[in-house]
Amino acid sequence: MENVIEVDHLSMHFNLMEEKVDSIKEYIVRLIKGNLLYTDFTALDDVSFSVQKNDLLGIVGLNGAGKSTLLKILAGVFTPTSGTVKVNGTVAPLIEVGAGFDPELTAKENIFLNGLILGYSKKFLKDHFDEIIDFAELENFVNVPVKNFSSGMYARLGFAIATVVKPDILIVDEVLAVGDFQFYQKCERRIADMIKNGVTIILVSHDISMIERLCTKLLWLEHGKVRDFGDKERICEQYKNS
Amino acid sequence: MDSLFKELYKYRYLIVELVSRDIKKKYRRSILGVLWSLLNPLFIMIITAMIFSHLFRFDIENYPLYLLCGQIIFTFYNESTRFAMLSIIENGILLKKVYVLKYLFPTSRVVSSCVNLLFTLPALFLIIVVTGAKFTFATFTFIIPLFFMLMFCLGVGLILSTLAVYFRDMVHLYNVFLSLLSYATPIFYPESIVPEQYSLILKLNPLYFYMKAFRQSVCEGRIPEADLLMICASIAVVTIFIGWRLFKRYQNNFVLYI
Repeated sequence: MENVIEVDHLSMHFNLMEEKVDSIKEYIVRLIKGNLLYTDFTALDDVSFSVQKNDLLGIVGLNGAGKSTLLKILAGVFTPTSGTVKVNGTVAPLIEVGAGFDPELTAKENIFLNGLILGYSKKFLKDHFDEIIDFAELENFVNVPVKNFSSGMYARLGFAIATVVKPDILIVDEVLAVGDFQFYQKCERRIADMIKNGVTIILVSHDISMIERLCTKLLWLEHGKVRDFGDKERICEQYKNS
Repeated sequence: MDSLFKELYKYRYLIVELVSRDIKKKYRRSILGVLWSLLNPLFIMIITAMIFSHLFRFDIENYPLYLLCGQIIFTFYNESTRFAMLSIIENGILLKKVYVLKYLFPTSRVVSSCVNLLFTLPALFLIIVVTGAKFTFATFTFIIPLFFMLMFCLGVGLILSTLAVYFRDMVHLYNVFLSLLSYATPIFYPESIVPEQYSLILKLNPLYFYMKAFRQSVCEGRIPEADLLMICASIAVVTIFIGWRLFKRYQNNFVLYI
């Protein structure tokens, strides 16, 4: 099988400065005092794994295990400190829906702005505009500034925009927790559709039952290291017992 | 550099969308809307012209037009670089969540200011007609220095936005610098009143060249001098090159500092 994602000896370090030095004066003062020492924090430590086409990878781990950092590296937001990440195909990140919304703009304007930020073409957005509005169930709110939206509406619009494209890889980070039950089911159906169409999915959730239901493979992170990777049943069992 | 322009072309729709967002937001809920872009410089010009033609008299032909040109150029520089500087910080939340080409933000801010400038052009033509200045085909060659200036502002915007991510003091420091610059640039006074020993200060100020070339087109109705345009072009190319390199080098670390 073809590897869609190859992560090789990936490490990510952050400089945890006690207080962030972001003024010139402070920087110079600290430089003179020799106080520019950073506390190094390793978010990911030598992580290697690979994902094949059609895989449904679940990532589990406690808070602070490095799940979100890993997703952000895969989505291209962070540049890793060392190691390589090879991604074949387009990535649609559903890391935080509606992150790119401008509250002052209307739903319609935001669809175009956000869509273009996510890398869709203008024509594509025009063609799929009705589909997005329809899926988000916002027919009556097309010209309302999104600052007046409820958080559910916000999330629906974000999910609708992010999933209208047919990506090769979809990254889902806990976003399904928002919205009501009906919308949740709708989202799950759409994800199931994508799986059928051969989209590779990476899912992060604390909801172990959902992971068990949807995923085919698991990656278990602990303090930035891979605790286990591979077969779903085995890891699920261990994770629940840990 | 080549890749920069290729990418800019590829993302032209996003730039258009970001620019139209800036403009829409600026005039949302105002009755006169875009008309303010036209009225604002006109009013400021009238006030300043009134003060300076009664209190301090300068020996300048067609003072209102001279003043308006200076103001338009300086406002463009002031607005575009100040907004571009903040653009990365302001879009921090987005940059932390999604992969976006980061330089699109400073770029779109500079382009927004340029579009704003284009809206003020009717005011300029109005003053040309009212004051009976020479209006020829050559007047329209002001586009050339303006284009170089756009590049220059883009370069400065890239440099400032990079610096501002690391040092927030830049934002305050730059405002002080701008007010200094507004006096060091011949906006409302003629270049001739600058004493000989200080003329170097003028020559070190890039805005001086853009303003001069712009005025040669608009106020004097002639094509700007070739060597002046050469200077304008060189400054623009050098600045954008430095800005681009600096931004490229540090952009991957932005997310860690915003």
